[in-house]
Amino acid sequence: MQITNKIIEKHGLKIDEYKKIQKLLKRDPNLLELGIFSAMWNEHCSYKSSRIHLKKLPTKGKQVIQGPGENAGVIDIGDDDAIIFKIESHNHPSYIEPYQGAATGVGGILRDVFTMGARPIALLNSIHFGAPDHPKTKNLLNGVVSGIGGYGNCIGVPTVAGETKFNETYNENILVNAMAVGHAKKSKIFYSKAKGINKAVVYVGSKTGRDGIHGASMASAEFDENSDEKKPTVQVGDPFTEKLLLEACLELMKDDSIIAIQDMGAAGLTSSSVEMASKGSLGIELELDKVPCREENMTPYEMMLSESQERMLIILEDGKEERAKKIFDKWDLDFVIIGKTTNTKNLTMKYKNIIHGEIPIDALATKAPIYDRKWIRKKPSKCEVNLKNLKKIKLEEGLIKVLSSPNHSNKSWITNQYDQMVMCDTVQRSGSDAAIIRIHNTEKAIAVTVDSSANYCKSHPISGGKQIVCENWRNLISVGAKPLAITNCLNFGNPENSEIMGEFAECLSGIKEACEFLNYPIVSGNVSFYNGTNKKNIFPTPVIGGVGLISKLKKPIGQYFKAENSFIIVVGKTFGHIEQSCFLKENFSITDGSPPETNLTNEKNNGEAVLNLINKDLVLTAHDVSSGGLIIGLCEMSIYSGVGIKINKPKILSNLIEYFFGEDQGRYILEVNTENINKVEKILKSNNIYYENIGKTQSKYFEIEGEMKSDINELYKINNQWYNDFNAVTNK
Amino acid sequence: MKSSVIVFPGSNCDRDIAVALEKMQFKNQMIWHKETTLPKSDLIVIPGGFSYGDYLRSGAIAGKSLIIDEVIKAANDGCLILGICNGFQILTETGLLKGTLLRNKNLKFINKDVHVKVTNNKTKFSSKYKINQILKLNVAHNEGNYFTDSFHLETLKKENLIAFQYCDKFGNINNQANPNGAIQNIAGIYNSKKNILGMMPHPERMVDKLISNTDGINLFSSLIN
Repeated sequence: MQITNKIIEKHGLKIDEYKKIQKLLKRDPNLLELGIFSAMWNEHCSYKSSRIHLKKLPTKGKQVIQGPGENAGVIDIGDDDAIIFKIESHNHPSYIEPYQGAATGVGGILRDVFTMGARPIALLNSIHFGAPDHPKTKNLLNGVVSGIGGYGNCIGVPTVAGETKFNETYNENILVNAMAVGHAKKSKIFYSKAKGINKAVVYVGSKTGRDGIHGASMASAEFDENSDEKKPTVQVGDPFTEKLLLEACLELMKDDSIIAIQDMGAAGLTSSSVEMASKGSLGIELELDKVPCREENMTPYEMMLSESQERMLIILEDGKEERAKKIFDKWDLDFVIIGKTTNTKNLTMKYKNIIHGEIPIDALATKAPIYDRKWIRKKPSKCEVNLKNLKKIKLEEGLIKVLSSPNHSNKSWITNQYDQMVMCDTVQRSGSDAAIIRIHNTEKAIAVTVDSSANYCKSHPISGGKQIVCENWRNLISVGAKPLAITNCLNFGNPENSEIMGEFAECLSGIKEACEFLNYPIVSGNVSFYNGTNKKNIFPTPVIGGVGLISKLKKPIGQYFKAENSFIIVVGKTFGHIEQSCFLKENFSITDGSPPETNLTNEKNNGEAVLNLINKDLVLTAHDVSSGGLIIGLCEMSIYSGVGIKINKPKILSNLIEYFFGEDQGRYILEVNTENINKVEKILKSNNIYYENIGKTQSKYFEIEGEMKSDINELYKINNQWYNDFNAVTNK
Repeated sequence: MKSSVIVFPGSNCDRDIAVALEKMQFKNQMIWHKETTLPKSDLIVIPGGFSYGDYLRSGAIAGKSLIIDEVIKAANDGCLILGICNGFQILTETGLLKGTLLRNKNLKFINKDVHVKVTNNKTKFSSKYKINQILKLNVAHNEGNYFTDSFHLETLKKENLIAFQYCDKFGNINNQANPNGAIQNIAGIYNSKKNILGMMPHPERMVDKLISNTDGINLFSSLIN
């Protein structure tokens, strides 16, 4: 078959890239080979636009066992315990087919974690939708939530934390990011580097079908009006088979049968075999007639590029085939030796004893294109907020607007669809700054959370990047965990646009600065470009997933007030930064202006002080202050606890709106009882930590001296109303 | 006291129940679904999860599996059988318990803590509870909406075979407190010999103060007596 320009374009390759292929092969590729290059060289698999920027990120630390470059990152939590975790996007498939897209997103990230020998212990997600009244939102939201639940609930891994946000920027391109966290013994971690020649390459798991062919290429292009036609490229998930695969793999991992193991994720059989061979500087020879197929007459091209789910590729030690096969037979899974490692450094694809394609491994991996794309700095966004206008709005009125908004309304109707308790180690379920998962059979636990701030990043990518890392760190501190490391999912628009590339470069430099300062390295992650439709790009949305350690587990303090008559302390200074706040967005639809500054020194000092207070059992409750400012933070602590508050009139800022709704960073709200208040103040003072004693808890009223007094049950209703209304409309 | 937990492909609460049983001093064994004999047991537990992916209908394929014949035999010999969640669904598929579990009324998966009332405390599963005691247990299911015909419903009431009913925190049995639409707020039932209990809530999730509460403990301590 003649390779025409049209075929090249259909494979998502540029003419220049095709010329590079010809040069590397020293001949024209055939269609199979072109397909393989397309799968390996697309943005999703090759990171060709992001690589040079990602290299600058801090990835090392005493706590890091394995940084980026493997299936997932690995960190040390003491003893022989390791935590393996990663976040990944499944945006494009979820927009086309929300249930399956989201479900296979969860399935894929779980495989990344158990491939390395970990038993998955927690799932998290960050999902972003368009405006609630956009005609597609309802269907996408319901589909994604049931897809996430459908997969996690069935495989039996608790979905414990996440965030759901709405913004018209995602109208035509939603974001679905899934994070999985697993636990392994340090001495039993499995990697994807092939070793040794003539070792058996084994295919295990589900059969290969025609689903998901070129899925990774789809994820590397913008959408247009014909996107619905891409439905066949979305994979179909089977959590039941994944559960079997998980148990079978963990059973096989009990001894030393496995040399290398890699899940077949994006670009399926192609990327798994290339990655293992590339890391081991070996070749790999596949006999494609042996690949278990779900459909008849599948061609080598289809087999190599299928993204059918729940499959793994394993390189086995000599003489272990029989034992391994027995395990997979027990779990009723396919187990077929489909090839061997070679010293040719080529990917060789045989079908019925004829070589159908042969490509040097390094041409697919290390020699893939890398682009230093043009990028430009973001111009600061100006916002002239008229303070007089602000004063026209009453505190209570402003609060109700924010509390009842889609973004701030209660999301238990989502979390109630996820099994949060299966495995019986969930110590803190959703409804706190971070979830807490006990390490089975130990007194240790980890805290996990995901965060994003697309509005901040859009307005000022450097500050935004810094801010999310800090917010994520704060969320872990608030539940009493020592933050250890993060994974990131970088959702951006078209990298060929220099403004978008600028957002990427600048967000990353903010993330880098914060991570370095906080000793909070990035151990895994994923980049998703081309999020947009018809040249309209989404807001830059880096999502940060963080893991922290609780060395000695206690009953978690949570974020709900515990008792009446406690002191309420705000750690960190309130400046009243109102630009980019939810208050302005919900009350005045003002979305320009710059985000709050993040002072890393204060952030670190405040965080360490709060963690110290929590560890000393001196605080009853802790909650970080983020979107919505002080007043929303207080509300979240009060209305779900049944305990009211009485806040004194602030002494330092005359404008109450700015004081209560400003989104200054580095702040925490603490509840402290009478017995401990002196000790707490003393510790804060001696560490030079700025704090304010702003009032006390009381019975059922949410009261701000001289300004407002509302029944917390009323505020509770307001916070829970939005979904009922939304659902009522959608059910018509 | 010897217990056996049946493990189907897709079971996912098998470890949880094993942990709870061992904590309560049961000598427990895990029995793989392909086994054709059962060790002598005082209690057989069919755990929660998605046996065989819940394909066809939840519990349907497990209800026809090899090991289930042995479970039926043991049940007929008077062995105590506890089916939790998917286990309850499987028991109705085998006919050991009557009725069926329909999809939740809101057509969504539900995971939350609910209150249930102990309707009968005169069985081997419930003797350590007080009558009408209110427990807070966790439910996690897609098909927990118990339904049965009016004749069987009458029998359930007449013979005192309703084990637990969903209620509010004060013990009122009403629609608001019914998470899934189950008839008469039924959360669990016995067979007429009261040696088989099927229930949707998970007692094994409520045996550890650190993660929840200890309202499930008395179910296991009733059994061990």
